[in-house]
Amino acid sequence: MGKTLVEKVFASHLKNEPFTGTKVLSLDVVMCHEITTPIAIADLQWRNKDRVFDASRIKAVIDHVNPPKDTQSAIQSKIMREWAKSHGIRDFFDIGRNGVCHALFPENGFIRPGNTVIMGDSHTCTHGAFGAFAAGVGTTDLEVGILKGVCAFREPKTIRVNLTGKRGSKVFAKDVALEITRRITMGGATDHVIEYRGEAIESMTMEERMTISNMAIECGATSGICMPDETTLDYLWPFIAAEYGNDRAKALSAFRAWWSDDDAEYAKVIDIDLSGLEPLATTGYKPDQVFPLRELGEHRIDQVYIGSCTNGRISDLREAAAVAKGHRLHEGVRGIVAPATTAIWRQAMKEGLLDVLSEAGFMVTNATCGACLGMSNGVLAPGEVCAATTNRNFNGRMGKGGMVHLMSPASAVASGIMGRLTDPRTIQ
Amino acid sequence: MKTFGGKVLFLNRSDINTDEIIPARYLTEVTKDALGPHMLEDLKLDGFDAQAPAVKSAGVIVTRENFGCGSSREHAPWALEVNGITTVIAQSYARIFRQNMFNCGMLAIELPGADIDELFARCAGAPVDCRVDLDRGTVHFERDGATLLSKSFSLGGFDAALVAAGGWVEYADSRF
Repeated sequence: MGKTLVEKVFASHLKNEPFTGTKVLSLDVVMCHEITTPIAIADLQWRNKDRVFDASRIKAVIDHVNPPKDTQSAIQSKIMREWAKSHGIRDFFDIGRNGVCHALFPENGFIRPGNTVIMGDSHTCTHGAFGAFAAGVGTTDLEVGILKGVCAFREPKTIRVNLTGKRGSKVFAKDVALEITRRITMGGATDHVIEYRGEAIESMTMEERMTISNMAIECGATSGICMPDETTLDYLWPFIAAEYGNDRAKALSAFRAWWSDDDAEYAKVIDIDLSGLEPLATTGYKPDQVFPLRELGEHRIDQVYIGSCTNGRISDLREAAAVAKGHRLHEGVRGIVAPATTAIWRQAMKEGLLDVLSEAGFMVTNATCGACLGMSNGVLAPGEVCAATTNRNFNGRMGKGGMVHLMSPASAVASGIMGRLTDPRTIQ
Repeated sequence: MKTFGGKVLFLNRSDINTDEIIPARYLTEVTKDALGPHMLEDLKLDGFDAQAPAVKSAGVIVTRENFGCGSSREHAPWALEVNGITTVIAQSYARIFRQNMFNCGMLAIELPGADIDELFARCAGAPVDCRVDLDRGTVHFERDGATLLSKSFSLGGFDAALVAAGGWVEYADSRF
């Protein structure tokens, strides 16, 4: 019997199996942000165990409320800053070079195929796009990860999603992610990882793969995994060329060793043909309530939000600007663009994308998680509605009493132009 | 080890997420106690009042499927704990929430859907107490001294060890 990628990662990182079915893994990367880490730090200090297992394997960032909006968030940032300094954590990203963790850390080449990765953040599943096992955890798991470099998991089973067919015009990775969420349903992948396979995922860029892996958690999955291939290699090459003696074939064969075996066992196989897929959006308060945008025209909106770890990357901003060019936001609609990282912000500026979006009436802000979870940077008032490129439409997510419709950047801009949910194919 | 049991709060809905248990606007709090007043503040459930005495006096939550989905925030179990709720009984949980509960030495008990249906049918609607017998793996639902219903549950070996140790930090620190 062959193994899936995640089974290979578990086997290679297994430290201990204290009880049948519970596996303690050694960790390659422990990532930290200012919302869930300070309480772990405080607890370690209280226990007189303020140590880190390996400073080079810890990556830390201030991203959720960036820059701080009040005294409390400023204190959270300060705790992170001082902790990183006192432990010699060199990969710490403060204001001026920071950004949304799940865009920033890949951008810096921190995730490699076959890695084990945790973070106190549910969207850590994003990094599975690199062929890693990357899981969101709570503060206690994070604390033990920081101190001991281990984390315990029930070994997940694998759901294989075969993606085939060529996407139509204005159908993006986000639409694919929403369709997968609709098909698997909200809790349908609990205690599983989702493995994305097939020609359609193979032809996607790393940014598209990250968008899809990012939303694996919306089905309850532990991680969303892509096989590491030449596209992965191209993305990582600036960071790893030296490790492989500049030998791409050698790196590719190392990547290939992580691939799920042909005779690996899957809990479930789901086939999705993308050729008939339309631009989609959510309604209601659950991310699996997904419908074609052309059926949702009666929903008016107050705000458009473009950003987040799902869709705040440079390709997303290009996609948004392409629709916005030559148009204005509908009267009464507010538009906010938060490029996910400082590097993306600069690139978007150089390409003129920020100018296009600004001319269309968008406010371009700093890189932050911000409004995605209703913390800052575009919180909704009760009764207000937002067309958002984020990942969760939970009740109150973007502000108490607010409603969020999830969709692609192109669809969000199209909706902003029309003032109501709009299929982007109708905008010329 | 923590103590388990108490008055039951019935939440008759599936997919209750951690944003509903504790909204992100309170995640800048740096003490667990500060979360207390905001537990379940955004819960979408007809007739639910997060400030009602029955909510504030509860020690046990009984609910449906996929409880604690969404964000990884351990603030969700902390918000329950500072309100005296150390036990949740559900048909199923989101993985991270379930692990966070056990990592804090709290109980996330899973019962089959039929048992949960029966609990709602026979016990919800009037005040009921839940007694947890960890040694025997049973939960007992009582009203006015009379037992309405008893159910058996099992915990995984690791989960039981975390509950006995008081949490994952204690457990891990002595072994790894």
